[in-house]
Amino acid sequence: MSRTQATSNLKQRFGQALKDDFLRQAVKFTADSLRGKKETSTEAVENWEAWRDRGRQVREHTIAHLDFYLDQFTREAEAKGTRVHFAEDAGEAVRVFLEIVRDRNAKRVAKSKSMVSEEIRLNQHLEAAGVECVETDLGEWIIQLAGETPSHLIIPAIHKTRAQIQALFERRGRCSLTPDTAVLAGFARRTLREVFIHSDIGMTGCNFAIAESGAVVVFTNEGNGRMVATLPKTHVVMMGMERIIPTLADLEVMAHLLPRSATGQKITSYVQVLAGPRQSGEGDGPEEMHVIVLDNGRSRILGDPEFREVLHCIRCGACLNVCPVYRQVGGCAYDSVYSGPIGAVLTPLLQPETSYELSDASSLCGACAEACPVRIPLHDMIVRLRRRNTEAGRTPWSERLAFKLFASVFSCPAAYRLAGVLGRAAQRLTVGEAARRTWTDRFTGPMREWTRHRALPEPSREAFRDLWKQLAQESDRSPKSTDSDIGGNR
Amino acid sequence: MKVSLFATCLVDQFFPQVGVSVVRLLRRQGCEIDFPEQQTCCGQPAFNTGYVEEARKIARHTLKVFADAEYVVLPSGSCAGMIHHYYPELFAHEKSLLHQAERFIEKTYEFSQFMVNVLGVEDVGARFPHRVTYHPSCHGTRLLGVRQEPLTLLRHVRQLELVPLPHAEDCCGFGGTFSVKLGDVSAKMVEEKVENILRSGAEYVVGMDTACLMNIGGYMKRHEIGVQTLHLAELLDRGLNGQEAPE
Repeated sequence: MSRTQATSNLKQRFGQALKDDFLRQAVKFTADSLRGKKETSTEAVENWEAWRDRGRQVREHTIAHLDFYLDQFTREAEAKGTRVHFAEDAGEAVRVFLEIVRDRNAKRVAKSKSMVSEEIRLNQHLEAAGVECVETDLGEWIIQLAGETPSHLIIPAIHKTRAQIQALFERRGRCSLTPDTAVLAGFARRTLREVFIHSDIGMTGCNFAIAESGAVVVFTNEGNGRMVATLPKTHVVMMGMERIIPTLADLEVMAHLLPRSATGQKITSYVQVLAGPRQSGEGDGPEEMHVIVLDNGRSRILGDPEFREVLHCIRCGACLNVCPVYRQVGGCAYDSVYSGPIGAVLTPLLQPETSYELSDASSLCGACAEACPVRIPLHDMIVRLRRRNTEAGRTPWSERLAFKLFASVFSCPAAYRLAGVLGRAAQRLTVGEAARRTWTDRFTGPMREWTRHRALPEPSREAFRDLWKQLAQESDRSPKSTDSDIGGNR
Repeated sequence: MKVSLFATCLVDQFFPQVGVSVVRLLRRQGCEIDFPEQQTCCGQPAFNTGYVEEARKIARHTLKVFADAEYVVLPSGSCAGMIHHYYPELFAHEKSLLHQAERFIEKTYEFSQFMVNVLGVEDVGARFPHRVTYHPSCHGTRLLGVRQEPLTLLRHVRQLELVPLPHAEDCCGFGGTFSVKLGDVSAKMVEEKVENILRSGAEYVVGMDTACLMNIGGYMKRHEIGVQTLHLAELLDRGLNGQEAPE
């Protein structure tokens, strides 16, 4: 599941993932467990639906006035001594980060979880520049050691076995370990402590940025976020430009929604509200703090009324845990830092040229929208993305022709009737008892996709419209008669 | 009460017995049934695959066919969901058609929704001495909000043992063209659905959408699994016909 698959298409990647039984079991186990915890924790909140409404309102208002709040955030943050940098795209964000690194002659960066940094592939760029970069979120560290992409938005290493983790750690530490949880966690703790202490720069993500106070809020469970944000001399925050909320009071709403939707926790073990570097008279904290605000396609989405709502996302991963497609293939197959339904919408919007196929990765069941704490209509957006694919001519000509034909036939009753008669006759020839398998096994294309796993419906000699004539007479005889056997029961 | 049946293309072409059952059940409740023969399809296959112009062409035809209907009833939560949820988006830029679509939506119901909420019927008087589980189709439940109505009708069927379906609300994997575009993923989804059906111990799996039932039933048939799929209307109709002798 490495990045080298980037060139392969969706069908191949998903097909590959379907063969990985361990991955699929692990994904199902994790999704079910998170889903259950979310249900339990939200049922305990009496007015959960009202919190969701409030969350949606906060996000909607913020995104609608994002320019104002970004400006306010910048002013307030800079007043507290934080440097705020705006980066239009991935390249600029990387350049800004590398400048900070060079100016401080930094050799090592300790990171806590940041999806945006993965979006711009910061780690690879740092390594190319000769800077050591260590993920300190346990799951992210495992993924980094394995050189892979995350299989879940918030639990990135669910697809790794205990033995695989042991092997990765043994290679990293040049030591011998046991697959015991305490041993593996102990190794991680010892190794990562050294990283925290000896890093020149600490980098964190940002769950929310509060405009009124210029503060950055980070929700974590492992404590690594605090180490990274306070021990190194320089703290760099990387955030997508849509992470803003207006006030501290709005954080209460988000603190209600995020941990419950993500992990079923009432609150995460740590919630940091970081407003500026160490102030005079304070005993700890970094000497300087930078915030890099990344656009990378978000302004384009903001200006697009059909998709603007996707910027409401608070990255909880609840949509992944209920998605029946994600459930079968896991996150790596999406070949994007964002997987599951949110990935199927966001990734094609951020990278329309390379990731447009992802909108096919949905049965449009709508479970994602139902689970979303801020009610983003992800399934509606997937349909709109598909429409854009057809409009941009990205779909195969055979499919375009088929739907042209479909529209012509199905909007003309006579043609529809004729097609029905012919279709059912063909069906009787090909899927009647006698000929079923020998014929259907010869199908190719879409038909084969169906018949490889499923039988076609039994052919019906008559359409409902043919039976209707008899049914009309039945009504004349006795409106309550139900005993005649029109059409016959199969 | 005059009801126009929108049979849907799948029922018309492949599962006509479902249409027959709906007609009989509604007639028993005193409804006068009409089948406008110009009808074809709601346009969903094209819409969901991204062919909006094509879908609009078919939807425009459908609006015309049912323009004079008093009530429109469909034996499909998915097609009713398409009409309720996506027709306004489909005609957003055509004022007069949008107005027509809104009137169409107001009078359009999925079968169980119409029975329970409009006719106020909970017990059709059927008897069905079998163990049955219910698959709530995604579009019926999530797009249309039909959750309790089919269960209400089933709970009133005499001698019917309704058994819970584990992970009931998970998609069966059909998803229209999804099932042939990512056929292998779709197959794994229906495989899991069928595992849960087997776990429920049911003899019959009942639903409000023939598309899901065609998918689930097709998988079970190919894998020689003996559980039967049945549309809710068919079950109720059979239960009234006395075709189901006690065991």
